[in-house]
Amino acid sequence: MKLPVRKSTSMLLFFLSGLFLVLLSLADAASRRASAAEVLKCNATLVGELGLSDLALFTEARYARHLSLADRHAAFQDHPVSLDHFPSGSIVLPPAQLRP
Amino acid sequence: MSSFFRKQRYLIDFTLSSLLRRKGKNLGLLLVYTLIVFMLASVMLFTHALKKEAHIMLQASPEIIVQRLVAGRHALIPVDYLEKMGRLRGVVSREGRLWGYFYNPVVKANYTVMASDQMNLSTTEVVIGTGIARTQGLGIGDYFSFRSDNGNTYSFQIKAFLDRDSELVSTDLVLISEKAYRVITGISEGQYTDIVLSVRNPQEVYKVAEKLSKKLPDVRPILREEILRTYDSIFSWRQGIVFVLLTGALLAFVIFAWDKASGLSAEEKREIGILKAIGWESGDILRMKFWEGIIISLSAFILGYLGAYVHVFYSSAVLFEPVLKGWAVLYPQFRLTPFMDGLQLATLFFFTVFPYVVATIIPIWKASVTDPDAIMR
Repeated sequence: MKLPVRKSTSMLLFFLSGLFLVLLSLADAASRRASAAEVLKCNATLVGELGLSDLALFTEARYARHLSLADRHAAFQDHPVSLDHFPSGSIVLPPAQLRP
Repeated sequence: MSSFFRKQRYLIDFTLSSLLRRKGKNLGLLLVYTLIVFMLASVMLFTHALKKEAHIMLQASPEIIVQRLVAGRHALIPVDYLEKMGRLRGVVSREGRLWGYFYNPVVKANYTVMASDQMNLSTTEVVIGTGIARTQGLGIGDYFSFRSDNGNTYSFQIKAFLDRDSELVSTDLVLISEKAYRVITGISEGQYTDIVLSVRNPQEVYKVAEKLSKKLPDVRPILREEILRTYDSIFSWRQGIVFVLLTGALLAFVIFAWDKASGLSAEEKREIGILKAIGWESGDILRMKFWEGIIISLSAFILGYLGAYVHVFYSSAVLFEPVLKGWAVLYPQFRLTPFMDGLQLATLFFFTVFPYVVATIIPIWKASVTDPDAIMR
């Protein structure tokens, strides 16, 4: 007669497979880093050649598109009492060196 | 030693049976806990990878960008500023740049237009980023139109696309010849958007910037170090998006742990009372509840972390996209490189598993040292 699998055995198996997958994610990260090195190098070359200064993450407003080149006074910068129009302005603060 | 392990195994068997008796409640708990770990881990992996990637790519950005300010705002810089700068020791090259923005009302997208002599473009050709091509459905050889400042429309043939893998920096870029740029924007020959300086020795950059500010008081030098610092601080835990997401997840976690720590349900108390009445010691009950905490928190950690890894590195953080995109039409399609290590994983483990186990043990200890008769009443 076959004995039923104990619950603790199933749990141990679950944790061991979980741990294996976590370790696999670290190995996957290392291998992807190695294969991305060339792409990152090419991107850095493009940045150097074109003289780019910012990531194209927030393309909706000029002060969010080129954060590092934004005006010194970001709040109400277009005219007095002009509240920030774009959502990205509320999730990205001005760079530290531009703040008073 | 083997009797110790046997005892723990029986305790785990009992704990699992006890958890399965309250299946609905415990599965709900596991789901909420997993979601919190997923959110925390996603934010951590995403921001760290983005910061690292930005740092690597922007290491190649210009050492000094010189902007002219008029009434506190960025203005065009006259070409004679190149002469006015005089001879600056350590500066190996100085070059005027032409770039700006173009709003396309048809697709409601903002492009960054840049004059470039790197691509050997004729006056009728452009090179565009893949984000623009995707949004407008353009191919190589197709025509791309600009409406100039005097209302005329000019069409340019697409010579090439910028590399798809570089979308994070180039998705909205339009490269064009200098002559064509001046025609469509109306910027005269004697002016540039800004000036870029190359400095041979990185330690001289500050000195050059200082001299520049003294010689030309209306310019603002932007150093590469400041550019790098900008991206370091944007995705640091104290800022904007990360703070919003992190605060939400942390508050949820605090409420969750507080709820566990503030007391036991009547059913749990009754269970402890019965166990004590049939001869379990307080230590056994504590060990059983310790295993319960470990089983739930470790399961939530493993599932949450693995989910976050797939979310950030295999689905390009699809849940964060609407937040980052805002109202923008153009958004880069990029797959982040997993810059993560064991230390990050250990930090996440410590902040998510440890508080929960501690929060569950304290009320159990209180209940297990009281009289079983009093608990069951």
